[in-house]
Amino acid sequence: MTQLPFILIKMSKISEQDIRKLASLSKLKLSDVEVNIYQKELTSIVAYIEQLSNVDVNGLDPTSQVTGLRNVTRVDELIDYGVSPAELLKNAPSKKDNQFKVKRMIA
Amino acid sequence: MNWDSIEKIAENVSSGKVTAETLVNKSLAMIDDTKEYNAILSVSKTRALERAREIDAKVKNGEKIGKLAGVPFIAKDNFLTFDTPTTASSHMLENFHAPFQATAIVRLEAAGAIMVAKSNLDSFAHGSSTENSAFGPTLNPSDKSKVPGGSSGGSAAAIALKIAPFALGTDTGGSIRLPASFCGVVGFKPTYGLVSRYGVVAMASSTDVIGPITSTVEDAALVLDVMSGKDQFDGTTIDRDTKTYDGKPTNLNGVKIGVVKEFFSSGIDDEVKKVILDNVERMKAHGAEIIEVSIPSISLSLACYYVLVPAEVSSNLSRYDGQRYGLSDATAKNLDESFEKSRAAGFEAENKRRIMIGTYVLSSGYYDAYYKKAQTVRTKLINEFNKVFEEVNYLVGPTAPMTAFEIGKHVDNQLQMYLADIMTVSANLVGIPSISIPVEKANGMPVGLQLMAPQKADRDLLALAAAIEGQKE
Repeated sequence: MTQLPFILIKMSKISEQDIRKLASLSKLKLSDVEVNIYQKELTSIVAYIEQLSNVDVNGLDPTSQVTGLRNVTRVDELIDYGVSPAELLKNAPSKKDNQFKVKRMIA
Repeated sequence: MNWDSIEKIAENVSSGKVTAETLVNKSLAMIDDTKEYNAILSVSKTRALERAREIDAKVKNGEKIGKLAGVPFIAKDNFLTFDTPTTASSHMLENFHAPFQATAIVRLEAAGAIMVAKSNLDSFAHGSSTENSAFGPTLNPSDKSKVPGGSSGGSAAAIALKIAPFALGTDTGGSIRLPASFCGVVGFKPTYGLVSRYGVVAMASSTDVIGPITSTVEDAALVLDVMSGKDQFDGTTIDRDTKTYDGKPTNLNGVKIGVVKEFFSSGIDDEVKKVILDNVERMKAHGAEIIEVSIPSISLSLACYYVLVPAEVSSNLSRYDGQRYGLSDATAKNLDESFEKSRAAGFEAENKRRIMIGTYVLSSGYYDAYYKKAQTVRTKLINEFNKVFEEVNYLVGPTAPMTAFEIGKHVDNQLQMYLADIMTVSANLVGIPSISIPVEKANGMPVGLQLMAPQKADRDLLALAAAIEGQKE
């Protein structure tokens, strides 16, 4: 199979520090080995997407919705989703008094 | 063992000629016979047989069932369903049992269809080969050493293996069409918003769509007809066509079909190119007007996609925090550690990669350079498609630049893996309908021909695809 060509505009190197920061923002615990691997992989992926930086988009607005829908509203009334709180809590790892139980947030 | 057309199956069940129970049992037997392919993750045996017997009893009572009476189907394991777990092929949701069903499932069941099993996918639908599944890859039915494509690889393989008459997939950047192409079946990606996504595990909300994988275009149209239309639980849904989506072939005479130049430039496998161009010649012989068109920004679409989709992924996957459902680390000493350890154990490498790329492009200082820029390049791409659609009714090209590749070939090179989607992502970014239909083989493996139409022209696109499907010699 032929390899498809892609343009590397500039290699902005992602540092080990960057990966640790991204992992922390993403709430992912990474091992040192993983940090190393992701540093290499993200560097090449970011280099690939950087080809967008040279594209002329003068006079164009960004698109976030493609079918032209705006402000889809509904009447403010109770909808019966047919699901009870007990059913929703069935998958909870920890619960108490019909509520989700989580670890203490404020020390 | 083949299946009749969906229309015929429903007719036979409705008239009492065949029982739904027989059909479900046939499907269950096929699941047992094809286990080595790892297309199926879980089976809904009890509920499927119960529903089949209910339907058969109703038929005996003279009650009317619906358009899909007794038709067994497979749902990709990112659709919330009763009875089976909904895992998204992840350890995160390995033991998750949905408290409600997806709208698509509800509508199909109301029409008499019976879900028999859930199919394998790349974890959280992140991938192009189904190798990113937490439960092992699915094997290609045409060659077990090759991937089935992804992310709906289990669904496409299930149809190629004749496990059921139809399967459901999701398509964020090609996840229905690519595996359909690699496995030699029909895969349809509708206009953005035509099918409700309520109750489907979200990946990238601005491009995610739901669609059918089938053996024929007509079958795909029938399934779409049942699933499509507005849903109060999904605010992005749009009105469906007032006419039935029937997938009856149109006449090619005078139809203007644009051959997208960029799809045939460097990088495409020679044999794939020949098969597609032979088909284009045949369309011409049947009266279609073939016009070469250019959409220059297609060359940017993959880079655009790999900014926007990880950004949306990082946001959508933040809900998996190990507190309300899903994998939860029991050793964590505080809440933050519970988030970090649960997510580390619940996600596959590709999930983590995309979450971090998304977090990167959305970071303060980078947002304008990456995310906003990609959204603006998206506008440029949309404008170019709109302009071309002033000149032609449809677009044609290959679904993928290659046929199915060997298992393991690209697992260590994400960019090469991402390039499998280079011809499919544009339709997602523009929100238009697109279909992959099997044509002749190349390198001994199936090839998909891709057709695209303007937004909301789903009905016409299916009619065109049916005509091209019929012209195979």
